[in-house]
Amino acid sequence: MILRLENVSKSFGALKVTDGVTVTVPRGEALGIIGPNGAGKSTLFNLITGNLLADEGRIELLGRDVTRAPAMDRVRMGVGRSFQIPQPFEGLSVFENLLTAAAFGRGGREAEMVDDCARILEETELLRKANVLAGSLSLLDRKRLELARALATGPELLLLDEIAGGLTEGECKALVATIKAIHAKGTTIIWIEHVLHALTSVVERLLVLDFGRVIGIGAPDAIMASQQVREIYLGLEV
Amino acid sequence: MYRLTTRTRAGTATEIAVLVLVLAGLALPAVTPRGVIQDLFFILTMLTLAQIWNLLAGYGGLVSVGQQAFVGIGAYAMFAGVILLGWNPVAAILLGGLAALALAVPTAFFAFRLQGAYFAIGTWVIAEVTRLLIAQWKALGGGTGTSLPREATSNIMGTDAIRALFGVREAAARDILAYWLALALVVVVTGCIYWLLRSRLGLALAAVRDNVEAAQAVGVDVGRLKWAVFLIAAAATGLTGALIFVQTARISPEAAFAVTDWTAYVIFIVVIGGIGTIEGPIVGVLVFFALRSALADYGSWYLMTLGLAAIAVMLFAPKGLWGLISARTGLHLFPVRRRLAGPKIEGGN
Repeated sequence: MILRLENVSKSFGALKVTDGVTVTVPRGEALGIIGPNGAGKSTLFNLITGNLLADEGRIELLGRDVTRAPAMDRVRMGVGRSFQIPQPFEGLSVFENLLTAAAFGRGGREAEMVDDCARILEETELLRKANVLAGSLSLLDRKRLELARALATGPELLLLDEIAGGLTEGECKALVATIKAIHAKGTTIIWIEHVLHALTSVVERLLVLDFGRVIGIGAPDAIMASQQVREIYLGLEV
Repeated sequence: MYRLTTRTRAGTATEIAVLVLVLAGLALPAVTPRGVIQDLFFILTMLTLAQIWNLLAGYGGLVSVGQQAFVGIGAYAMFAGVILLGWNPVAAILLGGLAALALAVPTAFFAFRLQGAYFAIGTWVIAEVTRLLIAQWKALGGGTGTSLPREATSNIMGTDAIRALFGVREAAARDILAYWLALALVVVVTGCIYWLLRSRLGLALAAVRDNVEAAQAVGVDVGRLKWAVFLIAAAATGLTGALIFVQTARISPEAAFAVTDWTAYVIFIVVIGGIGTIEGPIVGVLVFFALRSALADYGSWYLMTLGLAAIAVMLFAPKGLWGLISARTGLHLFPVRRRLAGPKIEGGN
């Protein structure tokens, strides 16, 4: 087990955005999270990464209780994340974005990280643009940089937040191939995505959120066949 | 197979040029009149304050408009060291740095609870409160201020040697000593900032400046970094403030805590020169001094011209004059950028 959430809840004022979520993620799994807009998917990520602290419940990472641990500690324990809206360090180059993530996420010296950063840049097809300012990248390259920077922290658990959103079919295929290759190396992945064909081509299980609650979890085929999911998520009348 | 490079030919040339300029600067009092030394003292101290504010705002994202609090407390601590403890003024400068560091702790404690414009206003409010409190300190002249005692100014360490070396009077020797100390301070402060930006902390600072949430997501300890930068900047500002008032030898709360002199002009220098670069404040301070000299006799037109110049630069060259020069020439005199060199990289072989 790499991650365990036990009855985790979070409210913003009167609005409960995460409501008693319980889920266990075994090491090496790829878990997809779907749900309508506002279902609390990104909030759940923020609770796992420590960008938000849970009001109730318990979060275990690699068997350790991290419910109150700051984001920095969780990164160093092996949680890497991408953001739904790319958030590059715009004043730094693509390479410097990765170098920062590698130096602080793993806690090593810059010179020791160079080859690893170059390898990740090659895997994410950004090597050619290594010395380009991140602020000048296209949307696809910003998405690639989100993935590359998360990988540079040396994650055991990789959280991807709508990384395929806004991409063309060809761009999406290329990104999916990269994510599959990362997963094949044993990295555990939790992926929030609305592009379902991309998501289901990678993940082994799907978790469905609605109004902050888990309404289903299981094999993608079974989840997508569920009438409740089809009604809530896809808007199909049953 | 891949290499990380930061060094450039321009950077090496700059290091040599700086060494030559510092040596020439040390020898300058032998051949220049006292007025020039006083002007250079002003330029060097303003450059030091600008480099420090640039570190805070341009790299740390901490837009403080309360830096006059640290200038003032540094200056008053130096005066307290001289008048109340009987210290030599040069030694008492160190007390200025320590006092500013001590003030920075509660300032950061309160101001770091505020974000953006609220942080800026919060630092200003704290500076005003500090000024009002210091104005109650009767032993140092209260609201009207005081001067360094004659016996202290006539006995500053090193001035006898300077008088003998250059054959100048006591006041001129004091100016030369202050100028040398200002030269040393600007070299140390700029050198330390350059070193910091080339270290891994420089990457963390840039990351925090660009995006706090993303910086946390890659493991940067944002809180500790901001504290460190704020405290270092406060201590250096306090030292500079103490040095400025060793040279003037006269202090009052209005002069020591002047938001215009120690923060507004400093922001002007950084913005007009180019925020987020070491070169920017150097260009900015030269432009500021030129405008100040040219418009000294024109009263309020001086401030209006500064304002118009700042607006023009912000509209037409948002990265400042150095940003304009750098974009056209690709020149970086103090290179801090890490480049990946190796196969398959554009310009990387």
